[in-house]
Amino acid sequence: MPTRTPAAFRAISYFAYAYKRTWRGSVATSFLYPVLYLTAMGLGLGTLVDHHAHQVDHVRYLVFLAPGLLASTAMQIGGNEATYPVMAAIKWLRTYFAMLASPLDVEDVLIGHLLWIGIRVLMVSVIYLGVMTAFGTVLSPLALLAVPAAVLTGLAFAAPICAFAATQENDTGFATLYRFVLVPLFLFSGTFFPVSQLPGWLQPVALATPLEHGVSLCRALVLGQVRPVTALADTVYLVAVAGAGFLAARVAYRRRLVT
Amino acid sequence: MTGVRPAGPVDPPGAEPMVLARGLTKRFGDFLAVDGLDFSIGRGESYGFLGPNGAGKTSTMRMIACMSPATSGTLRVLGMDPATEGPAIRGRIGLVPQEDTLDLELTVLDNLMIYGRYFDLPRKVIRERAERLLDFAQLTERAHDKVEPLSGGMKRRLTIARSLISEPDLLILDEPTTGLDPQARHLLWDRLYRLKSEGVTLVITTHYMDEAEQLCDRLAVMDHARFAAEGTPRELIDRWSTREVLELRFGPDRQEAAAGLLEGLAERTEVLPDRLLLYTNDGDAALTEAHRRGAVPVSALVRRSSLEDVFLRLTGRTLAD
Ligand SMILES: Nc1ncnc2c1ncn2[C@@H]1O[C@H](COP(=O)(O)OP(=O)(O)O)[C@@H](O)[C@H]1O
Ligand SMILES: [Mg+2]
Repeated sequence: MPTRTPAAFRAISYFAYAYKRTWRGSVATSFLYPVLYLTAMGLGLGTLVDHHAHQVDHVRYLVFLAPGLLASTAMQIGGNEATYPVMAAIKWLRTYFAMLASPLDVEDVLIGHLLWIGIRVLMVSVIYLGVMTAFGTVLSPLALLAVPAAVLTGLAFAAPICAFAATQENDTGFATLYRFVLVPLFLFSGTFFPVSQLPGWLQPVALATPLEHGVSLCRALVLGQVRPVTALADTVYLVAVAGAGFLAARVAYRRRLVT
Repeated sequence: MTGVRPAGPVDPPGAEPMVLARGLTKRFGDFLAVDGLDFSIGRGESYGFLGPNGAGKTSTMRMIACMSPATSGTLRVLGMDPATEGPAIRGRIGLVPQEDTLDLELTVLDNLMIYGRYFDLPRKVIRERAERLLDFAQLTERAHDKVEPLSGGMKRRLTIARSLISEPDLLILDEPTTGLDPQARHLLWDRLYRLKSEGVTLVITTHYMDEAEQLCDRLAVMDHARFAAEGTPRELIDRWSTREVLELRFGPDRQEAAAGLLEGLAERTEVLPDRLLLYTNDGDAALTEAHRRGAVPVSALVRRSSLEDVFLRLTGRTLAD
């Protein structure tokens, strides 16, 4: 008497089982990082910034910083989960091939993995928002919507990175990805200071990155300073990047997994 | 030969075969890995693909398992078309791939639970089946251990147990016993016999002659992407070899001279690096005649023909090459 679970959901069960093994450490880390960052950067550095600059974007530095870190963390989780785990599923553990021997199709495998990544970003974002609340950086009930915004940000990175990972023969490309893409984005996409502080020629570059839109959206929601047009543009941009990434990943997965 | 098992399909004539291939072909770029195979596998049959590495066995298995699209030709599995009904077909077959795809970090039981979920079986059903399958695979005691430290034979048995979680009608085993010690191989064979007696259709690849002889009702000898011959083990031996074989060892430098001396003595003579094989229906008579001609072998052995001889005849080399 088989039930009728959509095929992609069945793929999630693998990742959920595998997560059982590491969830304690993972949840603890999800609490620890925001506490460390908000304490060091927000309170420590923030005191200095507020003293000299009298607030950034009309709020205390800690309040400015926190939603940016939320979006950056979403990017980071999305990136982490779409690099080494994808390589493992293709080469090291060959999990994808176990799935493909069952009724699951390549598309189910990809969607299942992306959904799992979405769930991971969701878990981390909820915890992050909780810690932010404890630090008093949440100024509006709209902040609840920052959770789906963070998930979207995470997927806007995860989907294209899955596509990239599926083209790689080993993990050396991932170090390059972190060094030349994810770390610079973390530093220059409006998380730590407004993009307007960058040299003029760099500003359009920063504005073109998905992270900047994720930061902008999360910050507007958490601070309760939503300008509908900007928020809509940010959302559309992130959806477009995630969608294009998904299409690319579908091609890359097919090429790699169906030979 | 065991002589107990029925040879060939047990279906009534005209019934739909479990697997039907006509001109089945697989290319990787310009490389022809499978070249126009024709075969048909009946319900309850156990069918073997025997051939050296690179012959195209895995490529063929992956097409039957609907994991790899055929480049050309027709393929029907369980009466369906893999190109359009892959998920439905895969739902009814079990695959033991050449390389294990177990999750080494998870427990034995979790590997079964996860796999059962792929087939959308309710957890309760998976748990019941898992208990039986762990017993079948002699892994009950290891149910809650990680897979990583298990022996090769245990991992292989777990892979087989896992492939059975969906109670498939057709089980595809790609080199199920390669790399295992003899004891582990015999245990696996025993498990496969049991499946066969329960009516599961088996498709097996191997490069072990004894395995093919033990397990398969019918065999395809595969070499260079094609079938060199097909039939029951008995048929293959009758058709491609003699009743008996006289094996003579002379030592490396006397090999050629001896071959000259013994010319015409047997129906056919193979000169291997370490011995001469004389194919004849009466090995003892051939040995007497060899002695009469003045041959002084270091050792002499008369044995019955085996699939190894068939393979040598068909491909010009031993499987170990
Ligand atoms: N994905 C692939 N891409 C290119 N060549 C392949 C691929 N898979 C198999 N081959 C080649 O096809 C031939 C047959 O391989 P395979 O089917 O694995 O043979 P066997 O299982 O009999 O050892 C080999 O020469 C192998 O290198
Ligand atoms: Mg093979």
